Amino acid sequence: MTTITFIHHDNRSQSVEAADGDSLMLAALTHGVDGITAECGGNAVCATCHVYVDEAWTAKLDPVSDDEDALLDGTAAERLPNSRLSCQIKVQPALAGLVVRIPDKQS
Amino acid sequence: MNPTNHSQNSGVAPGIPHLAIDPFSYDFFDDPYPAHQEMREAGPVVYLDQWNVYGVARYAEVYAVFNDPQTFCSSRGVGLSDFAKEKPWRPPSLILEADPPAHTRTRAVLSKVLSPAVMKRLRDGFMVAAEAKIDELLARGSFDAIPHLAEAYPLSVFPDALGLQAAGREHLIPYASLVFNAFGPPNELRQQAIERSAPHQAYVTAQCQRDNLTPGGFGACIHAFSDTGEITPAEAPLLVRSLLSAGLDTTVYGIGAAVYCLARFPDQWARLRDDPSLARNAFEEAVRFESPVQTFFRTTTVDVELGGVVIPEGEKVLMFLGAANRDPRRWEQPDSYDITRKVSGHVGFGSGIHMCVGQLVARLEGEAVLTALARKVGAITMSGEPTRRYNNTLRGLESLPVTFTPA
Ligand code: HEM
Ligand code: FES
Repeated sequence: MTTITFIHHDNRSQSVEAADGDSLMLAALTHGVDGITAECGGNAVCATCHVYVDEAWTAKLDPVSDDEDALLDGTAAERLPNSRLSCQIKVQPALAGLVVRIPDKQS
Repeated sequence: MNPTNHSQNSGVAPGIPHLAIDPFSYDFFDDPYPAHQEMREAGPVVYLDQWNVYGVARYAEVYAVFNDPQTFCSSRGVGLSDFAKEKPWRPPSLILEADPPAHTRTRAVLSKVLSPAVMKRLRDGFMVAAEAKIDELLARGSFDAIPHLAEAYPLSVFPDALGLQAAGREHLIPYASLVFNAFGPPNELRQQAIERSAPHQAYVTAQCQRDNLTPGGFGACIHAFSDTGEITPAEAPLLVRSLLSAGLDTTVYGIGAAVYCLARFPDQWARLRDDPSLARNAFEEAVRFESPVQTFFRTTTVDVELGGVVIPEGEKVLMFLGAANRDPRRWEQPDSYDITRKVSGHVGFGSGIHMCVGQLVARLEGEAVLTALARKVGAITMSGEPTRRYNNTLRGLESLPVTFTPA
């Protein structure tokens, strides 16, 4: 289990104990964190699992793949340098304390 | 009817429940739900004696088969016919009926052509077209929602987005219906569809050529990838064909399903009217609830254990998407249509590497229609008995007489 903090658009923060190996998207869905739609269920098609990764963490994640990069161009909320797709981030002990912000809209 | 090509009964693993259900019969199409339940309850894997195929109807096994394409391949056909034993009725699809690494390359092209960024550019036009369609239908009052909405709306946006010429578009729905009937067994639906296929095939083959596709459309974009070497010039027309096969009729059935749900469940219609921003999820939930694409097959590439039984190499496995989408092991109150359900994870668009590459187009169309309905229509009442349209793969209606009253 790894602690991940989601900060909603209204600044409400929600910390969950996520299972290692799950994607960040799945951790949000299984813990009832709203605001991550994940229409494609993690198959890297939809870009509705968009999050902004806290600046302190961006460099610690695996880099964005070409596929993810192309999908991020289609997010409903503005793409920022710290934009990621939460279905492409794997929960692991090294990410303990990770903080991500949820955009105001996903579609 | 004796499907001699498929009867290889000798290798059936012991302990698998044998069922007499024919999932491609008219009785089944009229009401598949008792049979879905029977299959789910019989076990994680069942054997369907009528067509000599293995079946999976529970969510967990359907998901597992979708997500193990190396063991459960698509290149031997995603219908009953095994391409290793039987000549396919048309040249196989370069994406749907392909395995990695070939699939990976063609899939990358269609993913780019139908990406979220492309949808952003199409969005406003699709929304405006839906509003115009609903205004027209409100003026009309009473009409059949299948031809006049479920078919008319996709026909008003999709062929143009693809870049098709105006002439001959009447072939599109019959061609798609043929494609989806052909995934089924050699029953009356399949045989008749193939017998009548020649003019539709001729139309589609011609329209897939580069010269016949308007610049800027999905078709022309696919051909452009042959200039940069991602695909060959010979592959491009076949990839355009995939959009002609899978991109129109599926959304007709999807929109038909959503309108049928909203007409049947007034409480959900009321919620949608209160909050039109639920339109997209209401469409998605209709895709789960009705599962317009009901089934697809895979073929085993090795002996494999699934749900405690061993399926030998070279067997057809039939996935029941509609049954998985209502499996009580996965879904709370699976038989209720709930437009606020957290529906992520349903398999109505498939799952894994072949998961519908056109799903964003389908959702955009669905969202556009349901948003316009929610904003403009006060009540949807059924003004006659709906009738079913029969297809070996697609589930939906032939006719849905309704009356719209303005908001
Ligand atoms: C409600 C509408 C739709 C439904 C329910 C639907 C359903 C599906 C399903 C279940 C699959 C998986 C097939 C498999 O795993 O063997 C699939 C694949 C596919 N769909 Fe859709 N679809 C819809 C709309 C569309 C649209 C609008 C397009 C094109 C613009 C499209 C193009 C495709 C293609 C090309 C594939 C093959 C993808 C691959 O093999 O990688 N579909 N669809
Ligand atoms: S859930 Fe669809 S791209 Fe992440």
